[in-house]
Amino acid sequence: MSERTTPARRLTAVVAVVGVVALGAAACGGTTKNSSSKDSSSAPTAASTASADPGAPLKKGLTIAYLPKAVNNPYFTTSDTGGRKAVEAAGSTYKEVGTSSSTDTAGQVSYVNTLTQQRVDAIAVSAQDPGALCTALNQARKNGVKVVTYDSDTNAGCRDVFISQASSEDLGRTEVQLMAEQIGNKGRIAILSAAQTATNQNTWIGFMKDELKKPQYKDIQLVKVAYGNDDAQTSFQQTQGLLQQYPDLKGIISPTTVGIKAAAQYLSGSKYKGKVQLTGLGTPNDMRAYVADGTVRSFELWDPAKLGALAAHTAIALVSGRITGAPGQTYTAGDMGTFTIGQDSTVVLGKPTVFDKSTIGQFNF
Amino acid sequence: MTDLGKAAPRPWARDALRWDTAVGALLVVLLVCSFAFVDNFGNALNLSFLIGNTLPIALIALPMTLLVVSGEIDLSVGSTAGLAGAVMGRLWNAGMAIEVIIPLCVLLGVVCGLVNGLLVTRLGLPSLAVTIGTLAAYRGIAQIVLGSDSVTDFPQQYLDFGSGRIGGSFVPQAAVPWAVLLAVAVLVLHATPVGRSLFAVGASQEAARFAGVRVKRLKLSMFVATGTVSALTGVFWALHYASARYDNATGLELSVIAAVLLGGIDFDGGRGTLGGAVAGVFLLGALQNVMSLVNVSAQSQTLITGVLLVVSVLAPRVARQVARARHRTAAAPPPPVPAAT
Amino acid sequence: MTMTAKPAPAPAPSGAAPGGGLLDRVLKVRELAIAVVLVLMLLATQLDNSAFLSEQGIKDLLLNATILVLVGVGQATVVITRNVDLSVGSTLGVTAFAAGEFLRGGGNPLLAVLIAVALGAGFGVVNGLLVSLGQVPALVVTLGTLYIIRGLDSIWFGSRQITAADLPAGFVSFGRDGLGALPYLAVLTAVVLAAAAYYLRNYRSGRDMYALGSSPEAARLAGVPVRRRILAAYVLCGALAGLAGALYLARFGNVDSGTGSGYELTVVSAVVVGGVAFTGGSGSLYGAALGALLLTSINSVLPSIGVSSVWVQAIDGTLLLLAIAVDRVVALRVAAVLRKRAAQTRSAHHD
Repeated sequence: MSERTTPARRLTAVVAVVGVVALGAAACGGTTKNSSSKDSSSAPTAASTASADPGAPLKKGLTIAYLPKAVNNPYFTTSDTGGRKAVEAAGSTYKEVGTSSSTDTAGQVSYVNTLTQQRVDAIAVSAQDPGALCTALNQARKNGVKVVTYDSDTNAGCRDVFISQASSEDLGRTEVQLMAEQIGNKGRIAILSAAQTATNQNTWIGFMKDELKKPQYKDIQLVKVAYGNDDAQTSFQQTQGLLQQYPDLKGIISPTTVGIKAAAQYLSGSKYKGKVQLTGLGTPNDMRAYVADGTVRSFELWDPAKLGALAAHTAIALVSGRITGAPGQTYTAGDMGTFTIGQDSTVVLGKPTVFDKSTIGQFNF
Repeated sequence: MTDLGKAAPRPWARDALRWDTAVGALLVVLLVCSFAFVDNFGNALNLSFLIGNTLPIALIALPMTLLVVSGEIDLSVGSTAGLAGAVMGRLWNAGMAIEVIIPLCVLLGVVCGLVNGLLVTRLGLPSLAVTIGTLAAYRGIAQIVLGSDSVTDFPQQYLDFGSGRIGGSFVPQAAVPWAVLLAVAVLVLHATPVGRSLFAVGASQEAARFAGVRVKRLKLSMFVATGTVSALTGVFWALHYASARYDNATGLELSVIAAVLLGGIDFDGGRGTLGGAVAGVFLLGALQNVMSLVNVSAQSQTLITGVLLVVSVLAPRVARQVARARHRTAAAPPPPVPAAT
Repeated sequence: MTMTAKPAPAPAPSGAAPGGGLLDRVLKVRELAIAVVLVLMLLATQLDNSAFLSEQGIKDLLLNATILVLVGVGQATVVITRNVDLSVGSTLGVTAFAAGEFLRGGGNPLLAVLIAVALGAGFGVVNGLLVSLGQVPALVVTLGTLYIIRGLDSIWFGSRQITAADLPAGFVSFGRDGLGALPYLAVLTAVVLAAAAYYLRNYRSGRDMYALGSSPEAARLAGVPVRRRILAAYVLCGALAGLAGALYLARFGNVDSGTGSGYELTVVSAVVVGGVAFTGGSGSLYGAALGALLLTSINSVLPSIGVSSVWVQAIDGTLLLLAIAVDRVVALRVAAVLRKRAAQTRSAHHD
């Protein structure tokens, strides 16, 4: 019996002591969010200090490294292959490294470190976490490496330029427009997102909600945002849950390529096929079967290959000194035309492409 | 089944088969080769990267070694670290002072360890099952606590501690507390009665109990130590990567266990040294660093980690059997060696 | 891993008949308890949301459970022998891809399933040989093969994926159609479950696995071919993971190199919730299947009553802890009762 009480008592004592110490520290006033938020944690952008020379010759023989969220992910393979073509056409060397899981942030950090060590000229990275890569990326930039983010951004202070696949606003609003058209501007809809922490998805959903406030959508009601964690089984069950909870559901928007194909696979084999509309972001190859069988009418996406290629052109322009990343600078991206750096050093690829029965056959990615 | 080696001490065989020495030697060989042949390995920046990225595993490996020696295991360490980070982010967002938050997070680690330990020692449940349960439960609580937020705006001096180096050297600042913990752990395991009790409990719980070791209390304190250090690691993780998210340190438990195993800590309990564990941790860390530098893909790295793990448990046993066979032929009357149990 | 915490009901009383009866009854009660919890949970959800147990709803519940039940049955067999197989998630992923790759090339669906099963059994042989011949802890070996199989998987696939468009229509519709609310996949799973449970219960080699799990030393002395039985358990586990891989392909129509990652913990949870103890030698395959059904049903219940998915993981973990804690307490009670009875019997004999 004594063995039972002694450790417990001792632990109570420890708990009490630590608690007192903590309270004491609190009373003396420590570092809180408010006291420290004045000194910004993000390093100043290098962009503003250096000056750009738009006429500088494009350098050759560079090494451009791609660090996607995860290797072996078909979407990133398509975009990085686009990047590879652009890099090699410009006479430089391409390489791709990365973790095999898209939530291995520590792994991604260590890859940034490795690339810094290998003295590559530029890194094109799709960040798993907006904050976690900052220290490592800034260390890379201190060592002369140019950093371009694509697909998923870091905090603006940690990279030179962000290549956005499409403006978040466009993506959010057009997905609502596609859905509204499919359900005749009337009825209840839901959103099936990726993980709760997914930055991109959360931004897009914000714009979707904003778009739904417009008067023409007054009869559309967004009932729920569900999270499928980009996992097939979870997305399946979340879709089933939505349909059971809201039997009169008219449509589902899934702004994630994993979520939309899982939802489509479920709908196509259930009694809801054709009755509940599904749209969102998907790749043509994933969605081909469901467009053919009538489960999905239309969905959208940007061309990932072009996204990768634009990242390549931007990286080369940065290394060559044609741009520094400051807003307002304009540069030519090979055969893709001219792009202008916008606010927050962001370059937008363009409008998303809508795929439906008549156009899906032209695409293969 | 592990008692054989201890029951029949054969000095020459033991020395030849010291797995932890072998791992240490392997680490030295790897480091020397890397310094000589791998570009960009030997400079201060890369070494600081190597150590900094390995520190979370190195931290948790210390109490984990003690726990495994005593015959138990804790799979919830990654989730405990994630939970500590999530709570840290949540409280920071709520406007609390970081000096209060960190002790509270460590306290949380004590509680997490206590829950594991009480379930194992009081109810007599297998630690594997208990900690698989808390692995899910702690991570789930972290998700409830922090949700989709990602907290990055911790005060700069703390972030600097998380990622800074000592002066111009390659040693990260956070390596200092780790070294202190290492010293404590080495003393406890190899130079105190507590350490001897741990080995005794791991080798035979019954025998240790009859010898007067308070088995339950010992194990409970090891679980608490593991929880505490895991929470500290979670705090360090959030500062090192300047990001507190509920999914921080996911899967860390497998890396820690792989490293500890590689270092020759026997999962049947009762055997192992901290030197071996530390060598195992840094062998894996250095190997990963080198493989990335020479452009080995992530997929192949996974494969190599797995092979290493299997070899690390197979090799000592095979070597032991070979040695035993040789010993048998050398000694004239074959001793009654039980078939490998 | 030590499994030093001996299962409590070990001290077999001299008059074994009443004790064995009690134990049997307790085990049956254990399964019944999960079934009752499951039914209550489903009925409560139905009251809250009348669409839950519609024909479609029941079909979905059964379909969701099939894959976990199959892998769980294999895992339970291994756990009964006092071992564990952590590589099942990797095996599931690689076999699903192999079957998909074969089908993409225009292969026969039945053959594709057989290939997946054979490949899974192959990995089972590797695991089983390493564990039984190498005399190394199963936890470590299968953690290693988890990495190795996943590594092979992603080297082989690269970034390729199998999509629904690559699969023959018949195969995909097999994955979701059925007789009314009863999907074909569930029927197949039930047959496999019944066969495996029958084998474990009624064949000598099946009973050996329980003996082996209760006490490896005693089983060896009693002449049980320990290595062969362990190997058999792993082969069964691998083959079922392979079958589950093929069914995963049919059900989700989409496989990439990450498929099945992290599945091992779900499977182990299901098995333990189902009353199969880590200490070996106890539990039944039906229990494991019920555990799997319960876990997947919770994941269906929460969204359909509108609980955020944030809670799922915490609930799963707590449930697992609760299950093993309750098991343990009941086991201690039973052991106490048995001891008392044994003492009574003995004193009765002496008198």
